Amino acid sequence: MLQQLGALLLTLLAWVGDVALFGARALYEAVLPPYEFKETWRHVFEIGWRSLPLIALSGLAIGVVLSMHTRASLERFGAEAMIPAGLAIALIRETGPLTAGLLVAGRVGAGIGAELGAMKVTEQIDALEAVAVDSFKYLAVTRILACVVAMPLLTAIIDFCGIFGGYIAETTVSGMSAQLYFHRAFSIVEFSDFLPATLKTAVFGFVIGTVSSYLGFNTTRGTEGVGRTSTSSVVLSSICIILVNVVLVKLIFFVFPVKA
Amino acid sequence: MTQDGEAIRLEHVTKSFDDHKVLDDVTLEVPGGKAFCLLGRSGTGKSVTLKHIIGLMRPDQGHVFVRGTDITALSGRDLSEVRRSMGFLFQNAALFDSITVGENVAFPLRRHTDWPDAKIRETARAKLAEVGLEDDYDKMPGDLSGGMRKRAGLARAMALDPDILLVDEPSAGLDPITADEIDQLLVDRKKHGTTLVVVTHNIPSARHIGDELAVLHEGRVIARGTAEELDRSEDKMVRMFMRSEGSG
Repeated sequence: MLQQLGALLLTLLAWVGDVALFGARALYEAVLPPYEFKETWRHVFEIGWRSLPLIALSGLAIGVVLSMHTRASLERFGAEAMIPAGLAIALIRETGPLTAGLLVAGRVGAGIGAELGAMKVTEQIDALEAVAVDSFKYLAVTRILACVVAMPLLTAIIDFCGIFGGYIAETTVSGMSAQLYFHRAFSIVEFSDFLPATLKTAVFGFVIGTVSSYLGFNTTRGTEGVGRTSTSSVVLSSICIILVNVVLVKLIFFVFPVKA
Repeated sequence: MTQDGEAIRLEHVTKSFDDHKVLDDVTLEVPGGKAFCLLGRSGTGKSVTLKHIIGLMRPDQGHVFVRGTDITALSGRDLSEVRRSMGFLFQNAALFDSITVGENVAFPLRRHTDWPDAKIRETARAKLAEVGLEDDYDKMPGDLSGGMRKRAGLARAMALDPDILLVDEPSAGLDPITADEIDQLLVDRKKHGTTLVVVTHNIPSARHIGDELAVLHEGRVIARGTAEELDRSEDKMVRMFMRSEGSG
């Protein structure tokens, strides 16, 4: 039993090490020419633009639900006026970034894993190498960079849509005007609330791109393997995001301490 | 180092996957401008040999020289530089399935030339016409039959007019007429000075294309020479192979 646990732990550590090396190589090669600007931009569009409906709609729904929950809680203390600010802080600092990360891990992580996995098992990655193209740079680095760029943008959008969703819920219940709602929402939000929380999603993007690309590049066993890679990309990216988030939140609190 | 005129040389190449030795101390050389056909039963390491020549696989032991350069010692941009003068037709064509057939052929041109778009498209169309697919530029690879995919793969392999063309099973899955056309196309490339390494099960095709043939068996080269020399071989496996008319 203990031996099995040890073997499992070693396998896990070896996997984490491999993924970390894959990510480090991506960072290193990203700064070396030739730069794949066109391909990276294409992926930013694919990842960012095509995720927009999902992100916007989810943001709206989360805003509505958060508003309802916040109202239910704050009403007990007669602090309904704090609803917009409480909702904005909750969304901007944590709910928005983490939700965006998990949604993108689901939509984009699965896509990257499946696409690269299919390319691997049908020898398209070898075919790229055969036409003298660096497949790692062309396929993995471009997707990882695109995730890094797209994530903060999508997070800003989910934040805004969430706050807007909160407004819809709030104005429906209390008839609060848009001007008053947004004034209250942003009255206590500071630069240090928005920027670190939004920029940390660039790390989420790096995690999603790296884990999914790594799994795609290491796909075996034909179409069954592609399916497994797709699922694993979502599961492992999501777990990694949740764990990395713990470290990043601690780091943000350290660099930007919360004022009393 | 290779001798003058040698395009490719494998020296004592050994390759294993897990405990299975696929190539066992393989040494062979391919003269420039000639067609060299690798024959052998399935799973004897023919495709693995091709992948070693273009650097997609590295030997566990031994060296692979391409025009005198030891590519086993190369990586990154240096290896890419060697690959630019080579074309590779994969067994299953390995077309990029997210772009059109024409863009597959244009892909190497877009990557390695600074030609204007119109010239790239024109060249890609001409390459497709060479393999009889001039009307299929805008089709997606998924819309092609197996034989058409193979021909499109060959057009992509020839896009940059490589000095060395590596071809894995050119006639597998093709009807006899198309297979003959592909064989003739390869012979024409050879006449233009291209070095060919062709993996095939198709003995008539090997006789037609190959200046020299080699038979791989259990990871070793058990015979090599012209088709006539192999016909006279005393090795039972070689004789069986040369007498078969299998079309892969």
